[in-house]
Amino acid sequence: MAFSAERLEQIKEIKNRYPAGKHKSALLPVLHLAQADHGWLPIDVMNDVAEVLDIHPIEVYEVATFYTMFHLKPVGKYVLEICRTGPCCLVGAESLIQYLKNKLNVEEGEVTADGLFTIKPVECLASCGTGPVLQIGPDYIYKENLTEEKLDQLIESLRAKG
Amino acid sequence: MSDLLKVTIDGKSIEVAPGTTILQAARQIGDKYPPAMCYYTPLKNTGGKCRVCLVKVSQTSEANPRPIPKLVASCLTKVENGMVVENESSAEVLEARKGVVEFLLINHPLDCPICDQAGECDLQNLSYEHGTETTRYEEGRREFNKIDIGPHIQLHMTRCILCYRCVYAADQLTNSRVHGVLNRGDVSEISTYIQNSIDNDFSGNIIDVCPVGALTDKTYRFKQRVWFSKPYNAHRNCTKCSGKTVLWMKDENIIRVTARKNKFGEVEEFICNECRFDHRSKTDWVIEGVRDMGDDSVISANKYELPVVSPAVLVDSKFVSE
Amino acid sequence: MGKQILLEHINKPGINTIDGYMKNGGYASVEKALKSMSPDQVVEEVKTSGLRGRGGAGFPTGMKWSFLDKKSNKPKYLVCNADESEPGTFKDRYLMERIPHLLIEGMITSSFALTANTSYIYVRGEMMYVIRILEKAIAEAYAKGFLGKNILGTGYDLDLYVHPGGGAYICGEETALLESLEGKRGNPRNKPPFPAVSGLYDSPTVVNNVETIAAVPWIINNGGASYAAIGIGKSSGTKLISACGNINKPGVYEIELGVPVEEFIYSDQYCGGIPENRELKAVVAGGSSVPILPKELILKTANGEPRLMTYESLSDGGFVSGTMLGSGGFIVFNDQACIVRNLWNFTRFYHHESCGQCSPCREGTGWMEKVLHRIEHGHGKMTDIDLLVDVAKKIEGKTICPLGEAAAWPVASAIRHFRKEFENHILHPESCSAKHLYFGTLAVH
Repeated sequence: MAFSAERLEQIKEIKNRYPAGKHKSALLPVLHLAQADHGWLPIDVMNDVAEVLDIHPIEVYEVATFYTMFHLKPVGKYVLEICRTGPCCLVGAESLIQYLKNKLNVEEGEVTADGLFTIKPVECLASCGTGPVLQIGPDYIYKENLTEEKLDQLIESLRAKG
Repeated sequence: MSDLLKVTIDGKSIEVAPGTTILQAARQIGDKYPPAMCYYTPLKNTGGKCRVCLVKVSQTSEANPRPIPKLVASCLTKVENGMVVENESSAEVLEARKGVVEFLLINHPLDCPICDQAGECDLQNLSYEHGTETTRYEEGRREFNKIDIGPHIQLHMTRCILCYRCVYAADQLTNSRVHGVLNRGDVSEISTYIQNSIDNDFSGNIIDVCPVGALTDKTYRFKQRVWFSKPYNAHRNCTKCSGKTVLWMKDENIIRVTARKNKFGEVEEFICNECRFDHRSKTDWVIEGVRDMGDDSVISANKYELPVVSPAVLVDSKFVSE
Repeated sequence: MGKQILLEHINKPGINTIDGYMKNGGYASVEKALKSMSPDQVVEEVKTSGLRGRGGAGFPTGMKWSFLDKKSNKPKYLVCNADESEPGTFKDRYLMERIPHLLIEGMITSSFALTANTSYIYVRGEMMYVIRILEKAIAEAYAKGFLGKNILGTGYDLDLYVHPGGGAYICGEETALLESLEGKRGNPRNKPPFPAVSGLYDSPTVVNNVETIAAVPWIINNGGASYAAIGIGKSSGTKLISACGNINKPGVYEIELGVPVEEFIYSDQYCGGIPENRELKAVVAGGSSVPILPKELILKTANGEPRLMTYESLSDGGFVSGTMLGSGGFIVFNDQACIVRNLWNFTRFYHHESCGQCSPCREGTGWMEKVLHRIEHGHGKMTDIDLLVDVAKKIEGKTICPLGEAAAWPVASAIRHFRKEFENHILHPESCSAKHLYFGTLAVH
């Protein structure tokens, strides 16, 4: 079972937010928990999600593959989800994405050799006034008004954290 | 007082029961009804997705004579009393339909010559009627690998137009759906995600509901072009389904078994996999006779034994030109 | 700066806590509505206010509420649409992050009006930190007795939950949002039936944007008529505008509807002009989906009238020379911005975000993106321009949900107003901005 006893308690509480018989509603919140625990969503984890919510596994696969936040293959410990949409590009996001790729020596979606990083350009994070912006799961804290220097510092601090 | 609702489609009126959709009313009128690639009467909740059945409502109802500003999906829009609909009489509808056909074709492989669905393909018929001669699409096409989903069914995702019918069929005919639509946008695909076989007593019906050659019967692969096969109505005593099928014959051999479809291409009664895949001997079946496919089907051409006519009769016939 | 309704207390210390919020008059509308008004009276007040949906469509909120099938014996639901993801729009995030109790107060008062006993705030999953802020605020509201059973002793019960999305712009469309809330893929539903009759779990449901709900407390406290007195005509009240792009002061501004666009761009109260005093080239005034307008048409209407920040003035001239107020996502482009590259970027966004359910959007958005990618990267043909116009036209109005229009309008308007720039990209690919930038990747999922 992919979930700890504590998580199972939490899932029970989440299911209670929805009316009786509508526990499938808990799918997105539970997938977020599963990904926070496992880093990504392997098939056995998705099957366990199906089991705790009493739905067919295909219903989990259908949903997990629809929403872009879910990683369906292994990713680095820190997924740098950097915005690539218009407003951020007006203030330099494109060159920052390129800078990040050069700095980490990976293409989008790849994992760095040390297993720490994956660059994942994403669409608008609703931070257009404070772009360029990226966020890092599983806490999804926003890093705003990015510059090359700020990216350097960020990468350094994450490397130090390991 | 009649409870029936009057609707006029392309100038022809009909009275229909409340709850009837524009598409069903048009089918009742009978001549030029809108095409449907995703809507499927025997399956609940289908429709609204492909957009080929869009029509113009030029008057909403007797009480509300205003038009509906946008074209509507005739498969889902219910008739109101006094509604006036334009289908083929509207240039806007025909233009929209042409556009939708083009969209459906840009990522569809033009592999009709080697596709088992050719001759009984809804997309082929639709393109013939509403498509253009040339394509404006010059970009790369989306491709997927063919996969076997179980011993009898092949999924050729590249040909899929994402009508969702097979998903509804699995949901409604079986107790455990193992395939669905994965990913999103134009990389959506019908899949089991993990290579899984779709295996239950009624899974074969997803072949019959597929409007294109995306889900095909592996036992029938490359056996024969459909227009050379001879369809016969037949039945057998079956504990799982009605046992009423169509046998597709090549010479004396049964090369395929399908459910019976009405003139709208919709299955009349879903059949079980045993009837579909396991009984290929003529002695397994009570053969009722040749199935009438209707005049407009390619399958009707050149196939049935016609009365032998003496050439001498033809000489005098007014049907023979000099 | 004009009247501040939503942001009046935004900088007060401790406003993000319930004590700080209540010190500044917070939760008064709950007291007033639950203790002295009937649900229908609250609906009437909102009708009188002329408040319109602030998510983008601008539909009158009171009217939307009055469509709710209250006679149904099924439970009623209020769902707040906090799936803010239209490029250029970041006002709801700002509100929820800085003054979460305003939304919660609005949810309670509005749920009461709609006789809902369970309500949800659907927040896009990327804003996980906002979800944590809201959950903390909701816990505070429960502790103070504003949520739960028998609120303030009035007999009214309400449970309020936050629900995270998973990364899908389409869930900002209200029926896709409801599907998503039911644990499904975010495929929009065919309408009718509308959510007011059959929404969440087939029950009567109202879906409202964050900013819309946040305006309700002020309306109830001060009366719908006072709200209607602000603004101009059918554009009543205030609107949050999130301004970004090539401006000196990007940020969220609360304006009284009616501020001239020119003042909004150049006044130090708002955007503060364009950095380095560069020329204004174009504006997307209401989130990436609304038509882009060149300088001449965004500052003045085709008739030479000053363009105002109202629903009516911005749409003056229709799509020939006008645009829309939309979500209030105000994106400014200076004379160095490349319209073609930006359009390719926006089109990639809509391609990436298409749910794939209906054929015109699924196939058409990808087609447009690929053609624009070619043009932007030096492989365009002159016939591509009219092809794009035609493909956009064949998507528009043919789809299940408005994402079709959202994808089509930027293409149609950019070519309408900046055709020369497209031609130049095709004739002189060497001058494309692309050579300065990395080779953009296509939308991949």
